[in-house]
Amino acid sequence: MKFAVLVFPGSNCDIDMLKAVEDVVQQPVDYVWYTSTDLSEYDAILVPGGFSYGDYLRCGAMAQLAPVMQEVRKAAEAGKFVLGVCNGFQILTEAGLLPGALIRNDSLKFRCHQVGLRVENAGTAFTNDYEQGEVVTIPIAHGEGNFFCDEETLASLNKNNQIVFRYAGDNPNGSLDNIAGICNEKGNVVGMMPHPERAVSELLGSADGARMFTSVLNAWRERNGAASIR
Amino acid sequence: MAQQVSAKEPTIEQIAEQKIYKQFGVSDSEYELICGFLGRKPNYTEIGVFSVMWSEHCAYKNSKPLLRRFPTTGPRVLMGPGEGAGIVDIGDNQAVVFKIESHNHPSAVEPYQGAATGVGGIIRDIFSMGSRPIALLNSLRFGKLENDRVRYLFEHVVSGIAGYGNCIGIPTVAGEVMFDEAYEGNPLVNAMCVGLIDHDQIQRGVAKGVGNPVFYVGPATGRDGIHGATFASEDLTAESEAKRSAVQVGDPFMEKLVMEATLELIASGIVLGIQDMGAAGLTCSSAEMASKAGNGMELYLDEVPQREEGMTAYEMMLSESQERMLFVTEPQHEEQAKAIFERWGLHCAKVGKVTDDGRLRLFHKGEEVADMPVKALVDDCPIYEKPSKVPDYYLKNGSVDTNGYEQATDLTDALRKVLGSPSLASKEWVYSQYDYQVRTSTAVVPGSDAAVVTIRGTRKALAMTTDCNGRYVYLDPEVGGRIAVAEAARNIVCSGGEPLAITDNLNFGSPEKPEVFWQMEKAVDGMAEACRFLETPVIGGNVSLYNENSKGAIYPTPVVGMVGLVHDTDHITTQEFKAEGDVIFLLGETKAELGGSEFQYAVHGVTEGRPPELDLATEQRLHKAVLGLIQQGLVASAHDLSEGGLAAALAESGFGRGLGATVDFQSNLRPDIALFSESQSRILLSAKPDKAEEVAAALKAAGVPAAQLGTVGGENLTIKINGHTAISAPLGEFRKEWKEAIPCRMK
Repeated sequence: MKFAVLVFPGSNCDIDMLKAVEDVVQQPVDYVWYTSTDLSEYDAILVPGGFSYGDYLRCGAMAQLAPVMQEVRKAAEAGKFVLGVCNGFQILTEAGLLPGALIRNDSLKFRCHQVGLRVENAGTAFTNDYEQGEVVTIPIAHGEGNFFCDEETLASLNKNNQIVFRYAGDNPNGSLDNIAGICNEKGNVVGMMPHPERAVSELLGSADGARMFTSVLNAWRERNGAASIR
Repeated sequence: MAQQVSAKEPTIEQIAEQKIYKQFGVSDSEYELICGFLGRKPNYTEIGVFSVMWSEHCAYKNSKPLLRRFPTTGPRVLMGPGEGAGIVDIGDNQAVVFKIESHNHPSAVEPYQGAATGVGGIIRDIFSMGSRPIALLNSLRFGKLENDRVRYLFEHVVSGIAGYGNCIGIPTVAGEVMFDEAYEGNPLVNAMCVGLIDHDQIQRGVAKGVGNPVFYVGPATGRDGIHGATFASEDLTAESEAKRSAVQVGDPFMEKLVMEATLELIASGIVLGIQDMGAAGLTCSSAEMASKAGNGMELYLDEVPQREEGMTAYEMMLSESQERMLFVTEPQHEEQAKAIFERWGLHCAKVGKVTDDGRLRLFHKGEEVADMPVKALVDDCPIYEKPSKVPDYYLKNGSVDTNGYEQATDLTDALRKVLGSPSLASKEWVYSQYDYQVRTSTAVVPGSDAAVVTIRGTRKALAMTTDCNGRYVYLDPEVGGRIAVAEAARNIVCSGGEPLAITDNLNFGSPEKPEVFWQMEKAVDGMAEACRFLETPVIGGNVSLYNENSKGAIYPTPVVGMVGLVHDTDHITTQEFKAEGDVIFLLGETKAELGGSEFQYAVHGVTEGRPPELDLATEQRLHKAVLGLIQQGLVASAHDLSEGGLAAALAESGFGRGLGATVDFQSNLRPDIALFSESQSRILLSAKPDKAEEVAAALKAAGVPAAQLGTVGGENLTIKINGHTAISAPLGEFRKEWKEAIPCRMK
């Protein structure tokens, strides 16, 4: 299975994401520059966190116009696995690949700390290695992670089981319905504010994020008829 | 020499007759010297260039004789002071690069941008050495939080540090924040950056090779930050607000691009010399690069990218527009360099050439507008040995009895007060605004004695901390200076690291005052002695003088930034108690030492007397013993005893996992003194019960006094002295006080 980690000007979790793939699932992984117009060789596309284009406009608003995003749209449509974390989640919502928007934290401050997350949908490509309802520990680090959408969208998110993670315990940013991560209807595109790539080693505080990566490898193997790794 | 282009600029004669140079902090005698070096009177551009090069900020003209007292070499030191940052060997062809720098005055007038550009500047110092920045730290001082202006400064300084560091993607892993009236109106904002480098990648800021082109990279030059270095070298006054234009505006996104492109450029092997444009911008970088190579440089100012129209040579040379670098390569590599920058969306411009005449010559609009000897700019600034005088307050303090305060009746309440004092209280409000985890290497996050950052692909890690207690230094600069170094080292040791070296940020008042100069001298002596003894040389640093408010000088605050090597990640140790039943030891001796303590300030409202004493041999014995125990895997937690003494340390150690403790110890001291004395060379250590005997035996053999105090566990923190309960309350109550002190004041 081959992974792509997108790099926009101002991405700063790209290295962490790539290392997480290498460390957890030991699969081939490349950095892919924002100008790239071909993602055909990749099975999963990871959109990392950071401050693309400085986030001087609405977060992700510039990045979604980068050439590579056309390819990400095609890949998502084709059913490839797409994960956006933090700024990556913001980019995916700006690109229309996921519904809703991420607005300023209700504290009006950047917040960095561990949070408890409840796995609300263990059926997606990125969460099949978790138990439904399990609470895991994964850190956040964002100033604009307050998920918002209209009532109709929220209803359809609930109805279609598109809410992947909710904050368990304190809601760190004021997000609607404690939402921390969502997926598209097909479940192949997931966006989340917490950083699973920062939670792949007990030495660094938690290894709960590692299963995001084993999950997607499972999903790929299942799709391609290979045996599950767990 | 051509007269200046702009009609608005004073003429050579006006500068001389109206003594316009004085506005730039150039004295009459310095002006005469400059005329001598030039063989004529300087024009406006030249006097501007000289004034920044000869400012305290760039030339250290008041502090150089003191800085020479520091030990700067050692078996591990690969590069000492003089370059962008110092470098220390950590084995396996790897080295750690670090430096601290102040942005006090800018932050006093424009806290967000002042702090942000302080961070931006220190990051450039690190990556211009060819090093990948891996961590940021800071050391902050403010007035009391009850003051509106102080809250404004505090809030926006923190926000500025967060804004820059978070965006560029370098974790802010540690720091210190203290509050005291002494810093009102003149906050201290010191930022430190730590980087990693392979030995063969180390760069220098040298303009090598006569005839080689000089390139400018980064955003266009504007009229911001003009005379920033001069501004940093004078007292803050009511008029300082008008100098907001001397404060630069930061763009962390731009710096991220410049950083990535620069590291790529350096890795390509075509760079001969590179330096960032920090204080005094184009002036300082060009003059220093030429000087270090013993060469000269010509700059063609029309080629300098400009953000505004009609900029003069003077403005371009003195602008401190941010995120700019200057580098030298060979002519045949020009296209390769340009291609690297273009990939990152950056433009690099050829703005000059290396010459052999030892002169810095500037050309603008077809004319030569300045011609100055490089050596005069960089090396010939007069160095002043300022007069020094023992201050009256110091003499008076010698006879203050700090053991005679009326004894607090409720010591539980006293501990609440001490823990709720903003200097000692939880700094979570601060550090939760910093991304301290990006780069996924932060093994010990903010809140413990020192942060620990792992080194990928190895078993090694780096421990890092910033430390200084300005109250101690104020009460006795020599002892306070010694303590600053010793405490930093103690923090590193408690985290499982071997102290390597320090960078220092000497924050003082005006050196024109003999009493302030005395503080500087003594503090430097104390630090130098401790550095020599503990074998932690000074590999670089920064001097920030003229830190004054309407009431006088700030507390002398020579901040120590220290980095240590953790040989194996298994040695990483934190301050928090780990498990019920673990045995608690107090290492070191507790004496009646309340002078300069947090207890004295928070409970009795004064800072007086003499600070705690410090014996370096005792300190070193303690470090060796504790590091040995940690490396043998015998230690569950280790916490340096500092502000708030034993009582605060016991509470703090319990907060992490919500573990109380019951302790009982023998003491001849009055209970309040025994609990809150800030005697140095003490560490609180916990060990699993089955390891306790071994720990006690090892400490005895090492000659370290150690008392077995009690055990970890329960909901309460109960401290008994000679069998009598002195403090007892649920740990949660103390934690609440400690955790909410800052957020409550910031609401």
